[in-house]
Amino acid sequence: MKSFAELQQIRERLKNEVNQRENGEADIRIVVGMATCGIAAGARPVLTAFNHEIDVRKLSNVKTVQTGCIGMCRLEPIVDVITPDGKKVTYVKVTPEKVVRIVAEHIVNGKIVDEFLMPANS
Amino acid sequence: MRELSLHILDIVQNSIGAGAKTVRIAVNADTARDTLTITIADDGKGMSKEFAANVTDPFTTTRTTRKVGMGLALFKAAAEDTGGSLKIESEQGKGTTVTAAFGLTSIDRVPLGDLAGTLLTLVRGAPDVDYVLTCGSGSELAAADTRKIKKELDGVPIDTPEILIWLEEYIKELLETHGLLGL
Repeated sequence: MKSFAELQQIRERLKNEVNQRENGEADIRIVVGMATCGIAAGARPVLTAFNHEIDVRKLSNVKTVQTGCIGMCRLEPIVDVITPDGKKVTYVKVTPEKVVRIVAEHIVNGKIVDEFLMPANS
Repeated sequence: MRELSLHILDIVQNSIGAGAKTVRIAVNADTARDTLTITIADDGKGMSKEFAANVTDPFTTTRTTRKVGMGLALFKAAAEDTGGSLKIESEQGKGTTVTAAFGLTSIDRVPLGDLAGTLLTLVRGAPDVDYVLTCGSGSELAAADTRKIKKELDGVPIDTPEILIWLEEYIKELLETHGLLGL
């Protein structure tokens, strides 16, 4: 059973780590569309998958952010990856399976996954 | 929507948009009456009478980028498809309460789905808002309350990965104890 005693233990452990985290590298932001259209198209498991990958790989410089609808509901779930240089890459119709590749290839190794990008004329 | 939990996520986003500080989510399955009731109550800015009267119309929205808002319209349709109904009570300056009743065993009711996932997404998206999830009814009422959890955390952010892992398990246990997992 998950108890508040266990929560207190985690808290004490984290209090010592907080200072180390604050001096991280510049952030990579992952922006997931989380309006009605995004949610209906499967944005919640996509966001969960990003967070899972970030946690597992301990990518402390990467953050996920939720946003609204940008007007291309048919392409949801839509995900923007914004790197510290301000460059924005937009992935469309993202699935938890695609998330694994986006994190491994783009976030970690800096190579954009071309096949998941927004089609040129949409 | 494939899960009722996705509707909950969507409707609570409205509450957050309305500046709510605390959002109460109650899920109650009543086998005797064959109903599954979901209540989402916030202390946001509320709606005017005219706006509330038309708010389940897809062409009524607070959004300024375009004139369509599907959230409550879809939630209402999902409830009515199961022989249930959707009720909205709102007062300007006080908040809004949305109550959706579903036919518990209706073949057209989508599963409750991943309610813990919805709560975690909300906590990550708006960690400063407090969420109170209540399950069961009467004397068997049980709750997960982020206000109490934050008090225990003593300044450690609730959206720290380790805390979220604990929170997910905590909520899942709560749902399991009250027979809401797999519903």
